Amino acid sequence: MLSKRIIACLDVRDGRVVKGVSFEGLRDAGDPAALARRYNIEGIDEVVILDVTATIEARQARLHTVRAVAAELFIPLCVGGGIRTDEDAAAIIEAGADKVSLNSAALATPSLITTLASRYGSQAVVVAIDARRQDGRFAVYARSGQARTQRDAVEWAREAESRGAGEILLTSIDRDGTGQGFDLEMTACMSEACGIPIIASGGAGTLEHFVDVFTTGRADAALAASMFHFQSHRVADLKALLAARDIPVRRTRTC
Amino acid sequence: MIALVDYGAGNLTSVRKALIAVGASPVTPERPDDLEAAIGIIVPGVGHFGATRSLDAAWRDAVRAAIARGAAVLGICVGLQWMFEGSTESAETPGLGLFPGQCRHLSTCEGAAAASALKVPHVGWNSLDVRRPSALLEGIETGDQVYFTHSYAAPLTADTVASTTYGWPFSAVVACDRVAAMQFHPEKSGEVGLRLLRNWYRAV
Repeated sequence: MLSKRIIACLDVRDGRVVKGVSFEGLRDAGDPAALARRYNIEGIDEVVILDVTATIEARQARLHTVRAVAAELFIPLCVGGGIRTDEDAAAIIEAGADKVSLNSAALATPSLITTLASRYGSQAVVVAIDARRQDGRFAVYARSGQARTQRDAVEWAREAESRGAGEILLTSIDRDGTGQGFDLEMTACMSEACGIPIIASGGAGTLEHFVDVFTTGRADAALAASMFHFQSHRVADLKALLAARDIPVRRTRTC
Repeated sequence: MIALVDYGAGNLTSVRKALIAVGASPVTPERPDDLEAAIGIIVPGVGHFGATRSLDAAWRDAVRAAIARGAAVLGICVGLQWMFEGSTESAETPGLGLFPGQCRHLSTCEGAAAASALKVPHVGWNSLDVRRPSALLEGIETGDQVYFTHSYAAPLTADTVASTTYGWPFSAVVACDRVAAMQFHPEKSGEVGLRLLRNWYRAV
């Protein structure tokens, strides 16, 4: 049976892992490669690197981080942040990423999804959607949550799917870093509307939150940062709880 | 020499890294002739079956010749699919035909009860069902999990040594004499994947 994936997210700025609340007030959470090594040993299923302030100048530094993290992992690695062109994606994949995550660039140029899916396959193209509850719907934000768009998150996810996206990484800006739990309603809406896997993100604070997001939230994967970085919870304990609740998870022999 | 074939549609970085981790020193051949020196050949792949068109007649002949003289060949993901007769993903692109059957989309199968509710691509960790003993699977048990990411899959054949079910049961590992292939990504499948690569490399 296909397991529900537990994904650790490394939000990277200037070569360091940082984490804030609702995308603000970032604090240092360590060295990306060191964290990746720890998560690999602890039995995490996948790692995502999001370069939260990627700029043209920072591209080379970003590639260095991707290489350093990839060197620690024999599990999937997805990289996002500032990927605007085919060349950007090629460099990231060459550096060791298995997937690229598109956000603002896909909103600005939706055809980029198709371009990359044609070249690397849909499985290599993740469309990240940052959404916030607003006026009774889920509004999509671009530029790391800075710029509201006119798009509805569920409609955008469906369009991304039709353009060739292989997965949706859905982040609740409202819940990001709060530890209050995933936005279950938004995640379930998205999961029902899409034929591709949904990765739920934003709000994980307790192990029970993961049970909720895989049942009520109907997520295919769940991503967390703070609760893993700051070691408030262990991956092995999370997997044990999910297994006890009959949620299929990957059990490594060491966990 | 262990040859890691680059046809421009894959993430060779990960495969190379995993091969090095199990003791191999892969070399990327520049021309089909370079395969003459290979004792082991890996055909990796992510992406679209149509990308295997880059493996033109010269490459196909070189791989066949290598197999004929006893070289070990390992296909990964699209590399596995290429070893079958073809794929509905790109009907005009022939496979090598080392294993019988056509690859087809995971959501297209008669009798796949929940196919309409199936999310495709099949992404994530799924379990292996060991069907036949094989040196390649030494230390691997039914239930061990490996990482898949694909939309098309190959049918079960007499050479399927391990299968996985997603919508329908498909070939996860095929092995016949010196030719083997895996639908999942051993280079991305943690300790289980490294074990499989180690088993393969030891037999080369």
